[in-house]
Amino acid sequence: MHWKTLGEFLAMGGYAFYVWGSFGLTALLAIWELLSLSHRRHKAIQLIKQQIASN
Amino acid sequence: MTFGINWYKYASPAAFYPLAGKLVPWFYGLASLLLVAGLYISFAVAPTDFQQGEAYRIIFIHVPAAWMSMLIYLVMAAWAGIGLALNAKLSAMMAQALAPTGALFTVIALVTGSLWGKPMWGAWWVWDARLTSELILLFLYIGFIALQAAIDDPRRADRAGALLALVGAINIPIIYFSVRWWNTLHQGASVSVTTAPKMASIMLTGMLLMTLACWMYAIAVALSRLRSIILERERRADWVQPLSEVN
Repeated sequence: MHWKTLGEFLAMGGYAFYVWGSFGLTALLAIWELLSLSHRRHKAIQLIKQQIASN
Repeated sequence: MTFGINWYKYASPAAFYPLAGKLVPWFYGLASLLLVAGLYISFAVAPTDFQQGEAYRIIFIHVPAAWMSMLIYLVMAAWAGIGLALNAKLSAMMAQALAPTGALFTVIALVTGSLWGKPMWGAWWVWDARLTSELILLFLYIGFIALQAAIDDPRRADRAGALLALVGAINIPIIYFSVRWWNTLHQGASVSVTTAPKMASIMLTGMLLMTLACWMYAIAVALSRLRSIILERERRADWVQPLSEVN
């Protein structure tokens, strides 16, 4: 571990915006994908339930 | 050679749906473990770069995402092609399940590249061959998704999508070799199968762990999306109604 303080780690040698921006955006996109997946599954299951109920 | 397993059985959505459901949590688990190890090496172990300072750490997400964007496209085109050649529905669904994740990794590669380009090159974007061909890859993914969404008959949508995916595959070698074929601002390959890596081994280890984490994530997400696609498209099939999740 070569960071002496948390502040130094967060500052990323002056490149905080670029480094944390890259990793942060990736995390947001992955979370968005996971949420939209669970939404899609929920919708597909609802559709089948309605179909069974209407039979 | 069937290794005691009837592989053809899993070519049917009815048999693959529960199998995929069992596999998904394992791939998420592996992805999480590899991600923790990869991030630890990327941020705590790998030393500062003597030329780029800490900004180089973007490599640990940029390169894996760029690799994934190309690999997923090839796998997607292959499944689409198999679906077209063998008239196999599940293969076409696999291609469909991969496209959004491929597009996502392409966006990550483009945006992290931009965030890396600004401090190092002084520009968010340049129209060099590598960046332009990667942008075309994003349009191919979007085109594939939009084309399939625009056609009502799923089997016709599969065939049209497969043709687009197969023709677009020509772009992958163009992206990969662009840094050799043209004079690009983008740097050459840091890792290649034919030569020794031009980077410190600890950095390479971090990058490979992050790449494996992305692989496992992509497999988990694609299988999970495939399950929804199967439910959407097979909702009138007899095997769907007894499933516990719809009762």
